[in-house]
Amino acid sequence: MGHLIEIFVRAIFVENMILAYFLGMCSFLALSKKVDTAFGLGLAVVFVLGITCPLNNIIYNLLLKDSALAKGVDLSFLNFLCFIAVIASTVQLVEMLLDRFVPALYNSLGIFLPLITVNCSILGGSLFMVERDYTVSESAAFGFGSGVGFFLAIVALAGIRSKLRYSNIPPGLRGLGITFILTGLMALGFQCFSSVSLQVP
Amino acid sequence: MPAKLNSIVTDPLSENNPITVQMLGICSALAVTAQLPTAITMSIAVTLVLTSSNLIISVLRNVIPPKIRMIVEMVVIASLVITVDQFLKAFAFEISKQLSVFVGLIITNCIVMGRAEAFAMQNPPKASVLDGLGNGLGYSAVLIIVAFIRELIGAGSLAGVQVLPDSYPGNGLMVIAPGAFIVIGLLIWLQRTLTKKYEEA
Repeated sequence: MGHLIEIFVRAIFVENMILAYFLGMCSFLALSKKVDTAFGLGLAVVFVLGITCPLNNIIYNLLLKDSALAKGVDLSFLNFLCFIAVIASTVQLVEMLLDRFVPALYNSLGIFLPLITVNCSILGGSLFMVERDYTVSESAAFGFGSGVGFFLAIVALAGIRSKLRYSNIPPGLRGLGITFILTGLMALGFQCFSSVSLQVP
Repeated sequence: MPAKLNSIVTDPLSENNPITVQMLGICSALAVTAQLPTAITMSIAVTLVLTSSNLIISVLRNVIPPKIRMIVEMVVIASLVITVDQFLKAFAFEISKQLSVFVGLIITNCIVMGRAEAFAMQNPPKASVLDGLGNGLGYSAVLIIVAFIRELIGAGSLAGVQVLPDSYPGNGLMVIAPGAFIVIGLLIWLQRTLTKKYEEA
């Protein structure tokens, strides 16, 4: 259990999807202007990453891995195609389920859900979990933690950006430029976590 | 007509650059720019995938049913990326190890999807290929500039060859993730100031 918590905490702070691996930057930059949209997107990412990571792990280990399906059959080159299909269909499924059972949440997430399919952090999560040989429970902890990390980063940035509206920024830096530098400073702050020891005694 | 085709290639290089202006494909752009060789490999890979996916999608644009066009685009892009990935694993194993998951992430690189959606679905093959090429080159230009700055200041070397005197201590900030954000932020500032195209904040 301690091991899972370690993976979870690492994924949030030390290996933050955005601030350490630059994944999901596009939506991170585009949708961090307001805190409530950032909140919506963050929630959707937590949701989808938490589901697709263990799901892809099962598919990879039972079907694609070397000699998993039949002896001597190595389908691991199909992993991109399978993962992206799983992600796209999960997003679709989540969308339909939310529409049916939690319409309030569905309306607030609305446009962000379909966008998540092409959010790099989702596919990145699955690829990292293959590269690091996680088990199903480990990948669930990792996926969920990465989602929370994304959520944290995007909400924090949106908060800072909404304050920025009142500051006097040089014209060339306005918008994208200052956002990048802000993210850089945030990433610098998060670097401090990398020296935190997570060993459970 | 030739003038128009010309501008399709040259526009994305600066005025309509995919990274600094269209805000597409930033995720992968940052992660692979700590050193020149990885940045160059990544640039070639993305330009190849972008040009061929634009060609294929533009040829198929009249037979793809609009409802499932996203899935068709995804499958085309994923297959191309798998080809590139396998090729790199076979012929440039060292670099493909360093790029780790980022080759796979070309699939969700918003440039590829974005150009397929925005350009290739409406335009004939010839223009689409040029559009892919232009955007690929624009992406490569930013990648290579950022990698050049980061490797030079961070380690005092270019493509692994020491260029600054040995007494140069190296700048750790440029090597770690936050350095990439700050360099791109400053680059955007420079570009916006030169082209005088400001964003309203």
